[in-house]
Amino acid sequence: MVSAVFHSPLEVAPATKAEPHAVTTVAAVPRPAPAPVVQFKRGWDLRFLWTNVLPPVLGLVFLITVWAVVAGTGESGIPTPLETWKQALEVFSDPFYQVGPNDQGVGWNVLMSLQRVAIGFGLAAAVGIPAGFAIGRFEFLSRMFNPLISLLRPVSPLAWLPIGLLVFKGANPAAIWTIFICSIWPMIINTAVGVQRVPQDYMNVARVLNLSEWKIFTKILFPAVLPYLLTGVRLAVGTAWLVIVAAEMLTGGVGIGFWIWDEWNNLNVASIIIAIFVIGIVGLLLEFGLIKLATLFTFEEVKS
Amino acid sequence: MSLKYIEIQGVEQTFKTKKGNFPALRDINLTVAKGEFVTLIGHSGCGKSTLLNLIAGLTVPTEGVLLCADKEIAGPGPERAVVFQNHSLLPWLTCFENVYLAVERVFSATETKAQLKARTDAALAMVGLTPAAQKRPGEISGGMKQRVGIARALSMEPKVLLMDEPFGALDALTRAKLQDELLDIVARTHSTVVMVTHDVDEAVLLSDRIVMLTNGPAATIGEVLTVDLPRPRNRVALADEPKYQQCRKAVIDFLYTRQAHVEKVA
Repeated sequence: MVSAVFHSPLEVAPATKAEPHAVTTVAAVPRPAPAPVVQFKRGWDLRFLWTNVLPPVLGLVFLITVWAVVAGTGESGIPTPLETWKQALEVFSDPFYQVGPNDQGVGWNVLMSLQRVAIGFGLAAAVGIPAGFAIGRFEFLSRMFNPLISLLRPVSPLAWLPIGLLVFKGANPAAIWTIFICSIWPMIINTAVGVQRVPQDYMNVARVLNLSEWKIFTKILFPAVLPYLLTGVRLAVGTAWLVIVAAEMLTGGVGIGFWIWDEWNNLNVASIIIAIFVIGIVGLLLEFGLIKLATLFTFEEVKS
Repeated sequence: MSLKYIEIQGVEQTFKTKKGNFPALRDINLTVAKGEFVTLIGHSGCGKSTLLNLIAGLTVPTEGVLLCADKEIAGPGPERAVVFQNHSLLPWLTCFENVYLAVERVFSATETKAQLKARTDAALAMVGLTPAAQKRPGEISGGMKQRVGIARALSMEPKVLLMDEPFGALDALTRAKLQDELLDIVARTHSTVVMVTHDVDEAVLLSDRIVMLTNGPAATIGEVLTVDLPRPRNRVALADEPKYQQCRKAVIDFLYTRQAHVEKVA
């Protein structure tokens, strides 16, 4: 919903999904209602507007108002919404330009960040999900690794960065390492919990049928754990996307976090605000995609 | 009918709990003949399901031995199929796949894929669920789910069919219908059945013998009633049968007079 500031494709998506003529009414809401008589005739529309369209729009208006008030005091140095909007149009007019290694379009920066997240997160999934299954299935492993997980999980992501720099001797692998180590915990923990919570009934079926470990895994364990696993993945992607900005600020190169730092050094605050929105929207899209994925694989009894 | 098929000798089951040992069953001696239909009846908490789980091999007894076809029951196995109280179908598999999983496990070593599929179809047809074969458990009613559970158990051609209150969660009409179906299926397949129930009418209608358990803790077999009613049995005709009434009376007398359940206030 925040995306409406930019009138980016995301804003169009929910509107078109909702109802064809809702598109026109969205624009009409912030202004004083022009023809209340017409809307009264369509009672359903009015209720839909009241419950689904009005609250988010009001939230947005609230945010922009607060922003405008803070910016309007003049001393904060925060650009007004209008200035930011103009800057955004400029930034997004050519998101994929490439002048030098330190001067690239916002599109490249986002893609670079996403690439790091994808690599770090992919490695974490490759290690964390099997580890989670093993820890969940075998009591001994669970007792062995639980103290380690409890100890390492609360550590701030950035504390891992120097270790990454030391071991990998490069900014990019260090950032990926930081993503890896931060996004692995939710996947291990959720997978392990999922395995431990597989209903005993299902395991009894496996025992009565005398199924092989492979069959138990493919037919019972994996489908039963999948919703938990996907929750872990969702949390992990969220964490990874949080961490990447901080990691890139410290390591430099190309990426949305670095871009923020670079614009800060140029005292270009409007760009920073734009970056905040871009980060928010990308995070929202990642989350939304994973939720859709999760509902595809969720069945009757295990529905969250 | 006199052939001993399941033998339970001096079985005792004690559970370790945080408050110390809890004796669930003691001194259980029972034999079930091949092709016999035996029901276990008793008040809730008396260890009926515990006894069934012991026969299934899902738990091991603290004392005593259980034999099935002269072999000690060391663990669960497909020759002793279980119909669970809550159907226990895998929700991500279709009805067909749920049954196929069992068929595949038992017969895949000796039969072709086509034969396995035919067996699965036959099992579903037996419980009248051919039209629902491609549906997931979430899309069918409770009675249908229970029928898939029965189909899954029967498809394995088990030596013994173990049923843990299979109709307990169903409404009375659906239950009656499934009881009739079960009578029919058992008559055709000559299965040996051990069934846990708390429904007196169900026990009398279905069983050759009714095993009545005393109240727990440390429950044991209080009485065994032979139901000497001719088969096939018809629930409507039986309602007027004096022998049926006598059996019913005997079980009710045991449950509500001699073993009147006293709820302990914890």
